[in-house]
Amino acid sequence: MKRVAVERKVLSENDRIAGQLRERFCAHDVVCLNLISSPGAGKTSLLERTLEGFPTGERVAVLTGDIQTDHDATRLARFGFPVRQITTGGACHLDARMVERALEGWRLEDLDLLLIENVGNLVCPASYDLGECAKIVVLSVAEGEDKPLKYASIFFRSTLLVLNKIDLLPYVPFDIVRAREYARRVHPEIEIVEVSCTSGAGMENWRQWLRFRRQAAQPISP
Amino acid sequence: MHELSIANSVLEAVRAEVLRHPGAVPVKVALRVGELAGVDSDALAFGFQALTTGTEWARLALEIQRKPRQHRCPVCKTEFLVVDYNCICPACGASRTECISGDELELAYIELEEP
Repeated sequence: MKRVAVERKVLSENDRIAGQLRERFCAHDVVCLNLISSPGAGKTSLLERTLEGFPTGERVAVLTGDIQTDHDATRLARFGFPVRQITTGGACHLDARMVERALEGWRLEDLDLLLIENVGNLVCPASYDLGECAKIVVLSVAEGEDKPLKYASIFFRSTLLVLNKIDLLPYVPFDIVRAREYARRVHPEIEIVEVSCTSGAGMENWRQWLRFRRQAAQPISP
Repeated sequence: MHELSIANSVLEAVRAEVLRHPGAVPVKVALRVGELAGVDSDALAFGFQALTTGTEWARLALEIQRKPRQHRCPVCKTEFLVVDYNCICPACGASRTECISGDELELAYIELEEP
């Protein structure tokens, strides 16, 4: 019997493709963001609000993942920016290969922002690198404030937490102070913005975060 | 339930490794799974069994080594286990410490029966 040490990540094939995607995004100064949440937390609504605020000609595109249906792509396409649906046909997460395929035919040189809406799931998408610059986790106040402790992996790996549906705070027992504290306990550096896609509250903070992110990715002009 | 996809990736990795040892039969594969990896051991073991039963891999055993979350203090260099999400350095009290393990999902070793 022989024991062979193997220094290899289990998802090394996914990571390899994600690495190639990341290189392509960097080469074209494209900021790629991977939005993750449980089903119904408001990823699509956040994207709708984001796209509707962009001027015509904004260099943005969206990939949206779902197990079935192209409802989200239909919702998002009405703003006039390129949108593609990735239907996973059962898989509970997007992987780098799906993103690579979905990008076929798009010219990255025409973009500087690519928004990827992952499949609604707080667990599995955390394991799959899509080549993004940052993961964003969306948590709505209609869920429990202890989600960061229960689903630590995704909060640990996300750069930004978007707390959505804050217009509902008067009607639900969600403790937003605790939610922030729990998220920071799992990931002390996590940034947090609080928004309501319904009322529009806080959306300016989210847009500002996006602007900073995009400015940081642009090459410094001489 | 992405553990089935992960189990499949484990088998792909074993397959790739076996190619480097012609004639050898893999009998065991060990994984390091961090507590922050978001992978359930039972579901992974179940998925692994579902994929291997009745195949050429039926004898392949799976060992899962759970890895706790470990941080290092950038100020005093102390390394410590994070219990109950407490990331504060126990030696000097620094609040910003860096994660050095606990989010891994890696192969550790493969045991091969050689011809």
